[in-house]
Amino acid sequence: MLSDHVSDDDAEVTAPAGAAPITMRPALPFGWPRWLRSLLMDRKAAIGLAILAFLIVVGIVGPLIWTGDPMASDYSAPPQQPPSAAHWFGTDQQNHDIFLQMVCGTRSSLALGFSIGALATLLSILIGMSAGYFGGWVDEILSLLTNIVLVIPSLPLIIVLASWVQVKSDVPIVAIIGLTSWAWGARVLRSQTLTMRRKDFVLASQVSGESGWRIVLREILPNMTSLVVSGFIGTTVYAIGAAAGLYFLGFGNLAEVNWFSILYWAQNSSALQTGAWWTFVIPGGAIALVGTALSLINFGIDEISNPRLRVEKVKPAARAAMRPAPVAAEKAGAR
Amino acid sequence: MRYLSRRLLFYLVALWASITLNFAIPRLMPGNPAEVFLASHYQQFQGDPNALRTVEAILGVSNDPLPLQYWHYLVDLAHGDLGISTSFYPARVSTVIAQSLPWTIFLVGLASIIAFISGTGLGIVTAWRRRGLLDTVLPPLTLLASSFPYFFLALLMLYFLGFTLNWFPTSHAYTIGSVPSFTADFIGDVLYHAILPAATIVIVAIGGWLLGMRNTMVNTLAEDYINMAQARGLTERRVMLAYAARNAILPQITAFAMALGFLVGGQVLVEYVFSYPGLGYTLANAVGNEDYPLVQALLLIITVAVLAANLVADLVYARLDPRVRSA
Repeated sequence: MLSDHVSDDDAEVTAPAGAAPITMRPALPFGWPRWLRSLLMDRKAAIGLAILAFLIVVGIVGPLIWTGDPMASDYSAPPQQPPSAAHWFGTDQQNHDIFLQMVCGTRSSLALGFSIGALATLLSILIGMSAGYFGGWVDEILSLLTNIVLVIPSLPLIIVLASWVQVKSDVPIVAIIGLTSWAWGARVLRSQTLTMRRKDFVLASQVSGESGWRIVLREILPNMTSLVVSGFIGTTVYAIGAAAGLYFLGFGNLAEVNWFSILYWAQNSSALQTGAWWTFVIPGGAIALVGTALSLINFGIDEISNPRLRVEKVKPAARAAMRPAPVAAEKAGAR
Repeated sequence: MRYLSRRLLFYLVALWASITLNFAIPRLMPGNPAEVFLASHYQQFQGDPNALRTVEAILGVSNDPLPLQYWHYLVDLAHGDLGISTSFYPARVSTVIAQSLPWTIFLVGLASIIAFISGTGLGIVTAWRRRGLLDTVLPPLTLLASSFPYFFLALLMLYFLGFTLNWFPTSHAYTIGSVPSFTADFIGDVLYHAILPAATIVIVAIGGWLLGMRNTMVNTLAEDYINMAQARGLTERRVMLAYAARNAILPQITAFAMALGFLVGGQVLVEYVFSYPGLGYTLANAVGNEDYPLVQALLLIITVAVLAANLVADLVYARLDPRVRSA
């Protein structure tokens, strides 16, 4: 598993005889959980985690520092002012300060994305692992359901569903997107569960009389953590994009202030034609930033789980020493 | 053959499921769509006592028992009768769809094929030369590009390249007022208008193909038969293409089939931003206008198109991978 590949307690790996030892970067402070240390050793994942941590901090602490009301209108200037000293991110069509809106909207935007991801991941664990472990009719039916949900295009379906339901809170949005995006994760988890089912430790648990679901949750699931986490992150990236699309077309919960609603109002007030680029570039950029950070973390998890994808950093001196001796010298030595 | 007949059976079941879903959604939602329609178009129907019955007849809302409604629905579908559009009244829904379908097929076909071929090709070369310039630059760059939501990139390109720099047209599929015909002029105009929307889709989609192909290639390159082929003295190019890529491309085809649904979804937003008259733009407007017959029919057509494309992808996969044919 994860810990097998990265031995963060070993600071040196011995190279062929006579070469300088290859040193890995020093281990991170003790007390940090092992998976965090492994993740932070990969540069891409470290960058992603840093960006995500920054955004989460802004979401939690931001509204406490900048205590203005995001819905307050500043009528001292015409609407849609470009960024300036008074309004760092400019104002929109209703004279709202976009910086305040962005800061106050961070928490609900991130919360929306993560809760959709959580719902979809929960469903995919339930359905995928049941199909994989129990087999037989359960597997046939659940697999058919999964494949059908997978093959039906989700965004048009989401749009139609959202237009039928009266959206007055976040719950319908979370439900609609979450209930249509679990299929990919379910498929992946099902195939992994099928592989795990035949392993010895599962057979041992079955023989000692553990019930089906206990085995699934306490024996098999802990071994698939990296798969579940990477599925959760991938689904969250998709969820944020889908929520952004829904809001953009006007089906979001417009009573709330979050990045997606800023985009909607920008589109609604013809920001493109009036040249107010700050009203959509900034929130869209933030959404893209979150997506990038999460994708980087996922990339890092991939690289940790599959060592072949890693590109090792070997110092030039050590690399030169690792090259095989010239052929002529070998032949001379052998003769 | 067994593999193909199993897949065909699956697609028939999926088709039935989407038809039934399409039937069920409006009937599960609370409220009477006719009443919602009346409420929002009150001025037109003021004082008309027969208004509710008229709108119900147009929208196809009936009080028959459900199985009977379902039967009528299936019969109408078999005759190609998808109802009458309320926002394009009195045009039939099938006419409206027939006008938008070719544009969507053109745009999504062009963009996805370009993205697939260039992404896969670049992925092959990137994986072949690990630690080269391509491998350090391309994966992070395309990862960044693919985390952009489709419509955000569309907005950016529309604003900077369309409105500000005026290099490309900012909306529609061809210049308003020109007559569609098969002349070189018109085709050139169509292509000119398609550049921005297609470029948006390509830029966002290419990352997935590149990374996927690179990862699969890296796994394939570790196999023994690659070493064997190189030891036998085959040229680099032959080993890279005929041995490694040939095997690595199989999961890509499966992924392509699955990504089609996602691509179609992103297409909806791109068409909306560029006012490109395809199925997605028509869907977004129909939903906004509460044109329920058109919305339902569009959802059905989009689903059927994705199912058909998936079936084609499965056929291609069976052709390329002899192992599934004998399974």
